[in-house]
Amino acid sequence: MSGRTRRLLLWIAARIGKRTGSPDVSYPQSSGDALTISPTSIVDSAAAATARATPTALARRVRGLSDRAIAWVFIAPAIILLLAINIFPLVWAIYLSFTNYRANRPNAVVETVGIRNYARVLTDPDIWQAMQTTAHFVFWTILLQTVIGFMLAYLIDRKFRGHAFWTTIILIPMMLSPAVVGNFWRFLYEPQIGLFAYAVSLVSGIPTSEIRMLGDVSLAPWAIIIVDTWMWTPYVMLICLAGLRSIPDYIYEAAEVDRASAWRQFWSITVPMALPFIMLAVLFRGIENFKMFDMVTLLTGGGPGSITEVASITLKRAAFESWATGRASAFAIILFVAVFGLANIYVKALNKVKQR
Amino acid sequence: MSSANSAHSVVEPSLTSKRVAGAIVILYALITLIPLVWIFLTSIKSPPDSISYPPKIVFTPTLEGYCNLLTTRTRQTPEYIASLPAPTGTCDEVTRKRNMVIAGPSNFLPRFVNSLVIAFGSTFLAVLLGTLAAYGFSRFRVPLADDLLFFILSTRMMPPIAVAIPIYLMYRELGLSDTAIGMILLYTAVNVSLAVWLLKGFIDEIPREYEEAAMIDGYTRLQAFRKVVLPQATTGIAATAIFCLIFAWNEYAFAALLTSGEAQTAPPFIPTIIGEGGQDWPAVAAGTTIFLVPILVFTILLRKQLLRGITFGAVRK
Repeated sequence: MSGRTRRLLLWIAARIGKRTGSPDVSYPQSSGDALTISPTSIVDSAAAATARATPTALARRVRGLSDRAIAWVFIAPAIILLLAINIFPLVWAIYLSFTNYRANRPNAVVETVGIRNYARVLTDPDIWQAMQTTAHFVFWTILLQTVIGFMLAYLIDRKFRGHAFWTTIILIPMMLSPAVVGNFWRFLYEPQIGLFAYAVSLVSGIPTSEIRMLGDVSLAPWAIIIVDTWMWTPYVMLICLAGLRSIPDYIYEAAEVDRASAWRQFWSITVPMALPFIMLAVLFRGIENFKMFDMVTLLTGGGPGSITEVASITLKRAAFESWATGRASAFAIILFVAVFGLANIYVKALNKVKQR
Repeated sequence: MSSANSAHSVVEPSLTSKRVAGAIVILYALITLIPLVWIFLTSIKSPPDSISYPPKIVFTPTLEGYCNLLTTRTRQTPEYIASLPAPTGTCDEVTRKRNMVIAGPSNFLPRFVNSLVIAFGSTFLAVLLGTLAAYGFSRFRVPLADDLLFFILSTRMMPPIAVAIPIYLMYRELGLSDTAIGMILLYTAVNVSLAVWLLKGFIDEIPREYEEAAMIDGYTRLQAFRKVVLPQATTGIAATAIFCLIFAWNEYAFAALLTSGEAQTAPPFIPTIIGEGGQDWPAVAAGTTIFLVPILVFTILLRKQLLRGITFGAVRK
C-alpha cells in the first residue's frame, strides 16, 4: 500500500478539515502578532506579501546553516533511530528466517537452510489453527465494535445535552493498558466469585459454576472478544463520529425538502457518506487485532488448551519458549507480509467506495 | 454548523429523539464503567471480602490491599507478634491482624518509577525528534519524502513480537537488555513514526509566511523555528505527546520480553503480584488503580487535545 493509500487518507483528512477547520491550532490574530517579536517589523500585510513573493531566494541568504543542512540535521536523528531500531532488526529477522539459528545457543554454528523454515511454518497445522483463531477473534471484534461504535456515534451526533461529557466517559477504557486491565478481567470472569458470572447468572438464571468464561472451551474465545469490544468500541465510535460530522447539513436539508423519510435518509445519506470512515476504523482495528498479544496473554494465555492461542502467542512461544529463532522469524515475516497484503487488498476496496 | 441556523434547521433532531439518544448513551457509558469501578472497590476490600459470594457492594473499606501491594510480609506466631512494640502505622496494624509482620518494601514502587522514567523519557525524545523531523519534512524539499514518511509509519504494522525477536538479540549483544536506556530507545523508535506523521500535519497548517517574514527581519532559520513555529505548534505537540505517553505507559509485550528485573515496568509486574494461596486480588486491584489514575486524570484534563489527536491521527495514518 503506497501512493493509493496516501491519496485516500489525505482525501479523508481534507474532508474533515473542510468541515471543522482547525479550531484548536491558534494562529496569531493577524500576521502582525507574529511580527511583534521583531523590533524592526514592517507593516504586517506588506511583510506577508513580500514573504510570499520571495520565499526561497531570501531564505537562502540567512546566516548560519543553509536550509539543506538544516533539513538534514533536523531529519537525520529520527531516521537514524528508525534505521537502528526498526529497519536493521527487520533486515536481521529476514536473514535469520533463512537460518537454523537458536537464540539460546548463541555459539552454535549457524547454517543457512534456504526456505525450509517457511515451508515448515506454512505446513504446520498448529500455525493454521492459530491463524483460524486469530481470524475468528478479528472478525467478531470488528463486527461488534463497528455495529456498537457506529450506533453510539449516531446517537451522540443527536447532540443531546451533555454529549461531550459522556463521550469523554465512554473513551476511558481505550486509554487504559490492555495488559493491566486484561489481567483484572480475569478476576471479573472468575466463575465462583467474579462479578461477570454473577451478573449473567442474575439475568439468565444459569448457575455461576457453569459460566466459566476462561475455563470453558466454547466460552473462552468469547471472553477475549468481550474484553476487546469493551476496550475498543470507543475508538470505532470516535472515527464514525468524525465521519458523521463530515456530512454537510445541506444534503439532509435537500432530502427533507424532497420528503425523504428518516429511514431513507439514514440508508441513502448517512451510511454511504460515513462508509469510508467506518471502513477506515475497520482497517485500523483489523491491523491492531491481527497483532493482538497483551490482553489475550494475560486473560487466557492462549488457553484452555490452545483454543485462544492467537498468532502472536504462537509466535512468542516459538521464539521465546522453543527458542526456534529461525523458524519464528520466518513466521514473523509471513505475518508481516500477510498484514500488508490484506491491508492492501482492503485499501483497494476502500478506494472503490470512496470513488462512488 | 452555525448554531444560529441549526436552531431552526430542518435537520435539528427533535427533543424526544435527543432524550432517547442521551439515555442510551449514558446507559452504555455507565455499563462500561462498571469494571473500572469494580477495580477501585476491590482495591479497598479485605481479601476475604474480595472473594465472597455474592460479590459484596457494601463492605468496610480497608487499606490492606495497598499495604500488601507496597510491602513484603512474613508469617509469624501470634506470641511473637504480641511481644512486638505497638504498631507504628496503618499497614503495620493491618498486617499484624493477619499474623504477619512487614519484612520490607515490595518491588511495586521501583517498577512504578521505571514506568514513569521510561514513559516520560521516551515521550520527550520521540516528541523532540518528531518535531524536528516533521519540520524538516514540512518545510524543505526532502528527496523521496512521501515514501520515506509512509515507510516510517508502516513499521508500526509489524506485530510487536516480530520486532522483539531481533531487538532481543541486538540488545543482548549491546548489553541493553533490561536497561531503562534500552526501553526508552525502543519506545522512542516506535513512537517517533507516529509523532512525525502527526506533527507534520500540525506544522503544515502553520503558514510559512510567518517564518519567512521573521527571517526577512533578520532571524536565522533556527531562530524562526524556535520563536515562530514552535509556539504555534504547541497544541499539536501536546496532542502528540499524550499519544506517545499513553503508548509507552501501557505497553506490555516489549516490556515483558525485554525486561525482567532492574528496568521492568509496572504492566508486566502487576499481574505477578501474588499472596498466600493465589493471586492477592485486593493488592492487584490497588496496583491497577495506582497505575490507571494518571491516565484517567490525563484523559479528563486533556480530552480536547486527545479527541483532536485521535481523529486527526486516525484519518491521516
